[in-house]
Amino acid sequence: MNVDSIQNGIVIDHISAGNSMKLYELLDLDRLDCCVALIKNVTSRKMGKKDIIKIDADIHVNLDAIGYVDPEATVNVIKDGQLVEKKVIGTPQTLTNVLKCKNPRCITSCEQELDHIFRLSDSSAKIYRCIYCETKAK
Amino acid sequence: MRSLIDIRDLSTQEIDELIKTACDIIENPEKYSEKCRGKKLATLFFEPSTRTRLSFEAAMYELGGNVLSVSSGSSSSAAKGESVADTAKTVSCYADIIAMRHPKEGAPFVAAANATIPVINAGDGGHNHPTQTLADLLTIYREKGGFNNLTIGFCGDLKFGRTVHSLISAMSRYTGIKIVLISPLELKLPSYIKKDVLKKNGIPYSQTTDLLSVMPELDILYMTRVQRERFFNEEDYLRLKDSYILDVKKLETAKPDLCVMHPLPRVNEISVAVDSDPRACYFKQVLNGKYMRMALILKLLEEAEK
Repeated sequence: MNVDSIQNGIVIDHISAGNSMKLYELLDLDRLDCCVALIKNVTSRKMGKKDIIKIDADIHVNLDAIGYVDPEATVNVIKDGQLVEKKVIGTPQTLTNVLKCKNPRCITSCEQELDHIFRLSDSSAKIYRCIYCETKAK
Repeated sequence: MRSLIDIRDLSTQEIDELIKTACDIIENPEKYSEKCRGKKLATLFFEPSTRTRLSFEAAMYELGGNVLSVSSGSSSSAAKGESVADTAKTVSCYADIIAMRHPKEGAPFVAAANATIPVINAGDGGHNHPTQTLADLLTIYREKGGFNNLTIGFCGDLKFGRTVHSLISAMSRYTGIKIVLISPLELKLPSYIKKDVLKKNGIPYSQTTDLLSVMPELDILYMTRVQRERFFNEEDYLRLKDSYILDVKKLETAKPDLCVMHPLPRVNEISVAVDSDPRACYFKQVLNGKYMRMALILKLLEEAEK
């Protein structure tokens, strides 16, 4: 299967197979007007199988959201058909407005203007907690 | 600006200093009677409270200061939809320090991030209640002479009981502590506290539903109320509310120097007959709470002036 290379845009590469839909939703890619290609189960020497997302526009992507779903993913910035920057993500320490706190008792449930911020509380288990009420992110 | 939102905001050394100050206030009240002359404490209570609000206000008056008070959310601008952040900014223009109780968890954190004066968390939903923990710690210190080598039983609602969570967190810093968790299965201590606090600090703990079976080993028995306001389902509350009732007979197998504590208010969980037992320490806790709040107000105002 062939998907055209892009001239100016973003390629999110090395996504663990199966995670691309989660990223698609978390990054709100359905709201974009440009071409977006979501390629699943691409053969990879390093990973066996991987997913790739190609976005045919130079947009800002929330790196924390990508790191939350898949810290091993990489973000390639393409300009004039050339790779100009490769970003290695890693596990973010905080997530701002990536997730919503589900605790109905949390102050964020009634004050709409507050940022939803989660902090990494256990890096080995990858557990994030709301900075306001300490509820675990789900 | 230094605030107190969570008991973990204070180091063990700072807690020791607060206890030292509180003990000095108890010994020499006149020395402190003018310390806050000209200062104002705003008590913003958006949830019902008797002892915590009065304790803060009594503490400020005994330090020679004054008090501005909002005693319910319905009588403030919060009822008009004002945000916690705006309330904190506004009150900062009138007062020198804020004590805030709020039904929503994290509200005092938001207030502290926006106020230009210190904010003390006086209870946020089922989350934190650090000044109750300070009261508990002073009570343990005065009754037991220190914090090490104690077996502490927590009984009742360990799931929503914020005072339990904070005290476990505070006590886990000391050595020789053993924790016994006594609760119905539905109200067990949240697993993240077991993992992040007890296991992380190597504190041995056991869990049971049977209070009587563990009574003889306890140095401290911390009773809690099953709180109606924490339940979304009234049926669950009614089923669980009388799970544990401490009476004189149940204390027969307890140590003679057991210290029975309760953050109050109680409903049925401690029989009134227990009040006359010398091991009942819950009204001493109330008084200790005032002294610790005095020590805390002094510390935060002194740091704010620096």
